[in-house]
Amino acid sequence: MCLGIPAKVISIEGSSADVEVGGAIRKVNIQLLSEVRVGEYVLLHAGFAIQKIDEKEAIETLKLLEELYEVR
Amino acid sequence: MKFVDEFQNPMLVEGLLKDIKALAKRKVTFMEVCGTHTMALFRHGIRSMLPKFVNVISGPGCPVCVTPTNILDAAIEMARDESVTLATFGDMIKVPGSKSSLETEKALGSDIRVVYSSLDALGFAEKDTRKNVIFLSVGFETTSPGVACTVLEASRRGIRNFKLIVAHKLIPPAMRALLEAGEVNLDGFICPGHVSTIIGSEPYEFIPRKYGIPCVISGFEPIDILQSILLLLRQVDEGVSKVEIQYKRSVRPEGNLIAKRMVSEVFDVCDSDWRGLGRIPESGLKLNHRFMEYDALRDFKIELREVAEPAGCLCGEVLRGVKAPPECSLFGRKCTPSKPVGPCMVSSEGTCAAFYKYSRGSKE
Repeated sequence: MCLGIPAKVISIEGSSADVEVGGAIRKVNIQLLSEVRVGEYVLLHAGFAIQKIDEKEAIETLKLLEELYEVR
Repeated sequence: MKFVDEFQNPMLVEGLLKDIKALAKRKVTFMEVCGTHTMALFRHGIRSMLPKFVNVISGPGCPVCVTPTNILDAAIEMARDESVTLATFGDMIKVPGSKSSLETEKALGSDIRVVYSSLDALGFAEKDTRKNVIFLSVGFETTSPGVACTVLEASRRGIRNFKLIVAHKLIPPAMRALLEAGEVNLDGFICPGHVSTIIGSEPYEFIPRKYGIPCVISGFEPIDILQSILLLLRQVDEGVSKVEIQYKRSVRPEGNLIAKRMVSEVFDVCDSDWRGLGRIPESGLKLNHRFMEYDALRDFKIELREVAEPAGCLCGEVLRGVKAPPECSLFGRKCTPSKPVGPCMVSSEGTCAAFYKYSRGSKE
């Protein structure tokens, strides 16, 4: 039940945002986050964006592993 | 970046597995405590990839499964009232109460609706003020901030016909209870990634400090889970225990401060009954005095009764990680997803349902 789905913020209006998940647009509540920007990725859970996804950290994690295992 | 496919790269999986195999020198048991991890382990076939020394078991990570029967009985009693619309998350409606289920009651004519979000339930209340809309609210730390936000919205918009049955649970106290019971010997915890996006890493610190058990907060893709297992093995190998965050793209050490503030504005921490684990100190949430008017149990003057578990059902042992589903004599015979006896077979994230779906007939 603690499913969190990565979604890209498309537009923001007050306390809600339109986000894109796998090609579909959904409306989510963004009151649990501060300063969400268009283009950022958030985690979606039960109608709420519960956390921002840090793209830099994601790239860093993958880069480290790719270097370690010599994968490109 | 989609944050999904990239974390499924088979070449990285291969590399991680090689390192895991090199480090797995003795038998270790790691426990995950999140239904989404339970599902991910099966869906990606992770257990079958691991060396036989590395045993990953599932704990009480499914909120539907740990919700006591008396909560369901109370919801059913309320739903029978013609003035009530009862709303809840999908998996809850199939769970058998002591005599009926919400699904059965819906078929008999009660107004019971499945919602994706607590905000949907609030929407019903706003639309039809003649109805009392009751939201049966279950979930761990991931879910409670959204519900807190919904209660604050109800209060702000002056919506009076919206009530809740609050059955929210907190995961770290359940981990403590498992360790205190001492029934399973654990070498590490795979900590729940999405719970941790809210609470951060600090609430797990007592586990290495007091019990000397390593913890890694993990994401949900194959690379995440395998890297977390590798990090746990490294701690075991080096003889250290600490809390590490593997799921760095979504988990900050401090968690989500806004979400935490909203939860503490609306809820108080309370002792709570867990199916299979009994009463655990400070492991649940209840509406605090400022939001009492939203408490459906108080409104309907319903006292929660003690209810016996179905005869022969081992869900309690399964939730504590003491028994695996196939060890239950009901599993796959009297208890199946289409006719579940215990809660672990009802929820798709329940350990028994996941076993049934993905590994019946195999040794897993």
